[in-house]
Amino acid sequence: MADEVTFFIDGRPCTAAAGDNLVEAAADNGVYIPTLCHYKGHKPLGTCRVCMVRVDGREAAACTFGVRDGMRVDVDAPELADARKALIELLFVERNHFCPACEKSGRCDLQAVAYHMHLTVPRFPYRYVPFTVENFAGKLLIDHNRCILCGRCEEFVRRGDSKVFAMKQRSSEARITVDLALLAEMSANEIAHAVHVCPVGAILAPGQGFDTPIGRRKYDTHRIGEITDGRD
Amino acid sequence: MNTGQKIVIDPVTRVEGHGRITVHLDENHHVEEARLHIVEFRGFEKFVHGRPYWEVPVLVQRLCGICPVSHHLAGAKAIDEIVGISPGSDHTLTPTAEKMRRLMHYGQVFQSHVLHFFYLCSPDLLFGIDGEVESRNIVGVAMAEPELAKKAILMRKFGQEIIRATAGKKVHGISAVPGGIHKTLSAEERDYFLNGKEIPAIDTMIDWALEGLDFFKSFHRDNREWLDGYAAVPSSHMGMVRKDGALDLYHGDLKVVDAEGTLLQTFDYHDYLNELGEETKSWSYMKFPYLRSLGRQDGWYRVGPLPRLNVCEFLPSPLAQKEFEAFRAYTGGRANNMSMHYHWARLIEVVHAAEVIRDLLADPDLQKDNLIARGTAAGEGIGVVEAPRGTLFHHYKVDDAGRINFCNLIVSTTNNNTAMNRAVAAAAEDLMEGVPEVTEAMTNGVEVVLRAYDPCLSCATHAVGQMPLRIELYDAGGTLRDVRVR
Ligand code: SF4
Repeated sequence: MADEVTFFIDGRPCTAAAGDNLVEAAADNGVYIPTLCHYKGHKPLGTCRVCMVRVDGREAAACTFGVRDGMRVDVDAPELADARKALIELLFVERNHFCPACEKSGRCDLQAVAYHMHLTVPRFPYRYVPFTVENFAGKLLIDHNRCILCGRCEEFVRRGDSKVFAMKQRSSEARITVDLALLAEMSANEIAHAVHVCPVGAILAPGQGFDTPIGRRKYDTHRIGEITDGRD
Repeated sequence: MNTGQKIVIDPVTRVEGHGRITVHLDENHHVEEARLHIVEFRGFEKFVHGRPYWEVPVLVQRLCGICPVSHHLAGAKAIDEIVGISPGSDHTLTPTAEKMRRLMHYGQVFQSHVLHFFYLCSPDLLFGIDGEVESRNIVGVAMAEPELAKKAILMRKFGQEIIRATAGKKVHGISAVPGGIHKTLSAEERDYFLNGKEIPAIDTMIDWALEGLDFFKSFHRDNREWLDGYAAVPSSHMGMVRKDGALDLYHGDLKVVDAEGTLLQTFDYHDYLNELGEETKSWSYMKFPYLRSLGRQDGWYRVGPLPRLNVCEFLPSPLAQKEFEAFRAYTGGRANNMSMHYHWARLIEVVHAAEVIRDLLADPDLQKDNLIARGTAAGEGIGVVEAPRGTLFHHYKVDDAGRINFCNLIVSTTNNNTAMNRAVAAAAEDLMEGVPEVTEAMTNGVEVVLRAYDPCLSCATHAVGQMPLRIELYDAGGTLRDVRVR
């Protein structure tokens, strides 16, 4: 087992095993660092940048750092909180996130992080680019309106070693797509896992959703920052 | 000199949504024409294109903040058919699912009718249509009749709590899912409505509903001529009935009677496209539906509480049935065309809804857990319910992947479009004929009749209370002659 080291979050001494992922180590010490792309226990992606903190004086995505002895991390500084909020706002204006009719509402990480940050209206103008709901062989749908291009599906949904999802094109043209041959082999459970991996409501299983009553959904019962052990 | 005038009342107050009335006067101040303009455009039929069908019941309820449950359920009924579930077929909802939906629906009708009568309409009855503008709202009612206002507020709360218990939230809850429901009513949730501890019990609601009806009836006794005659207009009436002729707000056939009460037709709502046409007019976003059998000119009809009590043969709950018999006897069993009697019918429905809620709360099916059914998938679904304001149609088609590629909605208020225009014209003639100015009482008088229909003009939420009212007078040449703002 790696050596236990002491590091500091906003000046407060914390402990973790050397090399632990900073987002998870902070959570273990009761400090919530918002993130969308990080999938607990898996390798960091560093795509969403929402976990922006200051590590030893430099801005960085916390999920890409391992804890070192004596490391000084700023999380709470107002300018950092504002930068994280701006990143969330950019996601909301980039595509079309209409929470009221989304089946992930109440258990969506993007929505929960936005509530956590008290986001009401984005400071940036909405782009209102129309996106489609793409059908993949009647087995799975991707609502590109909601995709935040975090890459979780690409990295963490696999059949054997093969990736089922992939990002095609770049920048504003980037879209998630699906390997139809692999999809054809996927069981209902595997599809349900893909739906679960997506932090927003972009991956949909046909005919499914809205199965949990209001009041019993994941973030109805806990605020996102409180679920420090079960973050997925 | 041409001195013809055009009077604009914009926005109309104490109705749900935003409308505008123009009254055109000729040179002699005679009413030439009166129109209700619906200038808002909600576009939901377009929004839902491309969306997965299972989102529909959740998405479309955002049409309205007053009666979202109606859209939620009409949408859910249509989507049920897409997953192969249809009442009267081999594959129906489970008893628990249907009863939970019914409880939600009657809770919605209860709270919406109470909101309408006590919050929006009773100020007109208590203070008169030429009463102080400052008093003609729920705050004024609370000052003048504190007991009545308190009961009204608690009744509305009761209905909203029923919605919360069945749909998760008071406004824009979710629980109807394709082919069923996703929650039951726990014994604790049920007891909350029965034991009278935290909120008055359902039996109290029934008593208060009867008191509300008495309030109207005594007002009627003292103001018979006005309530019977004001903006009365003969029309056909349409509403939903059960197979045995009983009033049913959740499911049944559509029945139409003429102005005398003679049966014109009864049809399965799945045939609505064959039975109803929709006309558009350049000056309104709202369409004008008509019965094809009678044609564009004569085929207009009314929907809502008054027509519902004109088409049904009985109310399947004892106290409301007794009131219904008195209501029917008043017109000698013929159809009632008195527009202000919408309020009477609405209050009888409040009693009926409370009785239905009481019976459903006592039903052990609500605690069972068989919630979702499935049949053979179809590409199309039609769902119709009687919303508080009248018959509500939702119709969808889906592509192979289950994405909506066709949507047609006829909302309750749209069914009443021609009727409201005629009623506004009739009221304008009564109140504005030969008078060269627009008085407060005159403008409110036009609104009073409009309000009888309880129109949800944009199917959008508006705060209850005083909204700015702007009245503009134009001469026949289109020049602004006078502006009245309150
Ligand atoms: S589909 Fe979901 S998991 Fe995949 S990139 Fe988009 S948001 Fe992330």
